[in-house]
Amino acid sequence: MRVNREKVISFLLVLPSIAAVGIFIYAFILWSVRVSLSQWKGLLPDYTFVGLANYIGLFNDPRFQIDIRNQAIFTVLFMIGCLIVGLALAILLDQNLKGESFFRSVYLFPMAISYIVTGVVWRWLMNPAQGSRLSGLNLLFDQMGLDFLVNRWHTTPYWGIAFIALPAVWQMSGYIMALYLSGLRSIPQELREAARVDGANEIQIYRHIILPMISPVTLSAIIILGHISLKVFDLILAVAGKQLQLDVPAIYMWQTTFDGYFFGRGAAIGILLLISVAVLVIPYLRWNLKTEESL
Amino acid sequence: MTRGRFQTRYLLYIPMVLAALFYLLPLYIMLVTGFKSFSEVSLATMWELPSGLYLDNFIEAFRALAPYLANSVRMVVPAAIISSIIGSINGYALAKWKFPGADIIFPAMLFGMFIPYQSILIPLVEFMKDINIFGVSLYGTVPGLIVTHVIYGIPFTTLTFRNYYATIPRELLEAGRMDGANIFGIYRSIILPISIPAFVVVLIWQFTSAWNDFLFAVVLTNPQAWPVTVALNNMAGSQIIAWNVQMAGSFLAALPTLLVYIFLGNYFLRGLMAGALKG
Repeated sequence: MRVNREKVISFLLVLPSIAAVGIFIYAFILWSVRVSLSQWKGLLPDYTFVGLANYIGLFNDPRFQIDIRNQAIFTVLFMIGCLIVGLALAILLDQNLKGESFFRSVYLFPMAISYIVTGVVWRWLMNPAQGSRLSGLNLLFDQMGLDFLVNRWHTTPYWGIAFIALPAVWQMSGYIMALYLSGLRSIPQELREAARVDGANEIQIYRHIILPMISPVTLSAIIILGHISLKVFDLILAVAGKQLQLDVPAIYMWQTTFDGYFFGRGAAIGILLLISVAVLVIPYLRWNLKTEESL
Repeated sequence: MTRGRFQTRYLLYIPMVLAALFYLLPLYIMLVTGFKSFSEVSLATMWELPSGLYLDNFIEAFRALAPYLANSVRMVVPAAIISSIIGSINGYALAKWKFPGADIIFPAMLFGMFIPYQSILIPLVEFMKDINIFGVSLYGTVPGLIVTHVIYGIPFTTLTFRNYYATIPRELLEAGRMDGANIFGIYRSIILPISIPAFVVVLIWQFTSAWNDFLFAVVLTNPQAWPVTVALNNMAGSQIIAWNVQMAGSFLAALPTLLVYIFLGNYFLRGLMAGALKG
């Protein structure tokens, strides 16, 4: 009897949070779906049902096509960059050299900084001015005799978005390093010793034993990077402001909704972003909670 | 082992140092530019060290950003404290007093950690416009932003506390129960005293993410309530404010979370790991 009473109390303790999440996440998602199926355009709400018109409009919209392309290029480069840099740094730190914790702290510190700050600083590092007005990294390259590296960064025609991956990797690769490092540290030392006794060299040990064992980390990292890559709109904004060349769905959503009052279309973009995250995250959550139970 | 192997190991410092330089480069440029005098600042000499430590840029940036830094502090401190209290209660109830349905509620909450906020932004703004608490409007104000960060922080704070409390052995609770303590008594006398590490993790994580947030702030606040991220972004977009002042301003905006990271880095790391679930 008493146990039951306490279960009721524990439920009541969580109830306010259940209600808050229920309203602010789930009910709001449904509300957004409803807006996305309406013709609401203007300051006053208008929920007249128009079916999938906003979604169809988006896929026929040249701007949204640019956005999808930009987002795809950015996401792929951002993921590859973070995975390679993160894994390489983790392996280096795993060698138990002196100063490891100092280096680890340096690699990870950008995580503590906002995209806005990162963007404002990289805006100057990636200053595209040429000739006598060379500055930022271009100037550094020039002074070091690496002239061939001088480029126009995010103002490069057509491929500008690719350069946004650079500050994003700068900011997030430390996170991936930390994930890999904790994966590497969870591998028992005896396993490496045994392989060494069998005559394997360090590179073979990594290739055939350690890397296969940490492949679940790679999966986690890809999910995390995938959902972060949709959130970087503030970084793009701080580096370059709002320009079509570097547009992504998140910026379009914001502009069309809050500058253009086209709420129907803005909501449709939001829902499309949600769907693209959900197809990754829901299986990931199920996988995570399942492995948790089996422990 | 052999001397030869010893020396090749040291070669690993080369990529490690190069990587460190890459990560420190933006910090270097922020500080070097910040400490130059107005007359020294030019894009052509941006990589050179200042001739002395001048505070002109920092003073100028502080003057421009002070009200917004104050807004950030007024928003972040209550948001972090309320978030961690809620997380602690939820985590305790979900980890130790599993009510029927708890196994469905928890993943449903976790999903909220991953959603792109663009998918709830319009309802959020509409909702905030309609809500008044004791005559105080939530839309456009610092309290509105606090409420937002607290609510969207629930998934993370609940997860962190739940995982932390899951490691506390059942026997400890049973012992409390033998002594006649009820659910609240056990929380107060057994759970709370050993919760400090989890509180630190959640406090600094919520502090950092609320401080660094831009999206919620830009759609929910009016200029009087802007936190520093929004003000800094506007500063960077304006032609009037010199780039050296922008650099100094960036440093000021980054300083609080940077200090938290320097002094409480290990707790920060734990929060990161929790955010990745099991990793």
